[in-house]
Amino acid sequence: MTLLAPLLVLMVIGAVIAIEIEDLLSAVVAVGAVGFLLAMAFLLLGAPDLAITQLVVEVLCLVILIRATIGRRAKPVTGNRGFIGLAASGGLLIAILLISLGAMATYPTFGRSVLDRLVDVPSHTYLRESVQSTGVGNAVTAILLDFRAYDTLGEVTVLICAVIGAIAVLRPVARVGKREPGEKGEEQSHDR
Amino acid sequence: MTGKAPQHGMSLIVRTVTRWLSSFILLFGVFMVLYGHHSPGGGFAGGVVIACAFILVRLAGGKPESAQTLPDITAETLGILGPILFLLVALAGMWLGEAFLDNFLLAEENPGGGGLLSGGTIQLCELAIGFAVSMSLFAAFAALSASDVSKEE
Repeated sequence: MTLLAPLLVLMVIGAVIAIEIEDLLSAVVAVGAVGFLLAMAFLLLGAPDLAITQLVVEVLCLVILIRATIGRRAKPVTGNRGFIGLAASGGLLIAILLISLGAMATYPTFGRSVLDRLVDVPSHTYLRESVQSTGVGNAVTAILLDFRAYDTLGEVTVLICAVIGAIAVLRPVARVGKREPGEKGEEQSHDR
Repeated sequence: MTGKAPQHGMSLIVRTVTRWLSSFILLFGVFMVLYGHHSPGGGFAGGVVIACAFILVRLAGGKPESAQTLPDITAETLGILGPILFLLVALAGMWLGEAFLDNFLLAEENPGGGGLLSGGTIQLCELAIGFAVSMSLFAAFAALSASDVSKEE
């Protein structure tokens, strides 16, 4: 618990750096730092499954983002944001903070489940009976692939649909068709 | 960046180290997929580790070396076969068991034995997720880098 607060502060600092810095590569590295700190926070909260997934996905995202940003000159967005817009967003932030402070008072400590207060809820049943009824030792896997397997099936379907879309948009065939000379050739390549 | 050099990929040192290292990363990914039901990990995290092993080969060795280890079209096909395997397991639960996604392979007595195959269909689903995640993420990365190359030319 004591280590968690500095981690959260560092995450906020990293996020602010990622927004404010002008160099694109430095911004990507700052976002990666936020992700790694989040993985450490998951580990401290006692969720090794989440921490591993977060770490691994963060590495992959960092590789892809750095490859995409390297050698690309980004124009820094400068200029006035305008006093009215700044004041409106600041006022909105303060209002949300004041409202959520009231809600936070009723919450359990950070990292504790809200359902811990109740006696008979599904999550307790899952944890108690996961080994007997599914035969797997890891309760997270038991929930993901037995109690909530519909959810996981939908998740995998969404992932594969996203990847198919990405491949269809990025495939080199369309790029080759673009380089053909003449307007008509370009139209024909679109029909394919 | 040596984009205009005739040889693809990075320097000889990087490629040699990658050749030694990638198989161990692959092994760790397979371990995470197969033992995800007893230890932290599982199909998704293990799948991403496997994808990282192939992406490392792709980054270090370029497209020709990557095509020898895993051609792009194979990755796309295997990635699409992953959710189909998941769906087949789910439908088999309807036919052989009691309901859609029913765990029909689970042992009747002492299911929590702790062996490698103690999960029943959970094991098959993990394998399907591992295939789907690893191969589709690698295919997405390959598509991204292919579009990069055509932009540079």
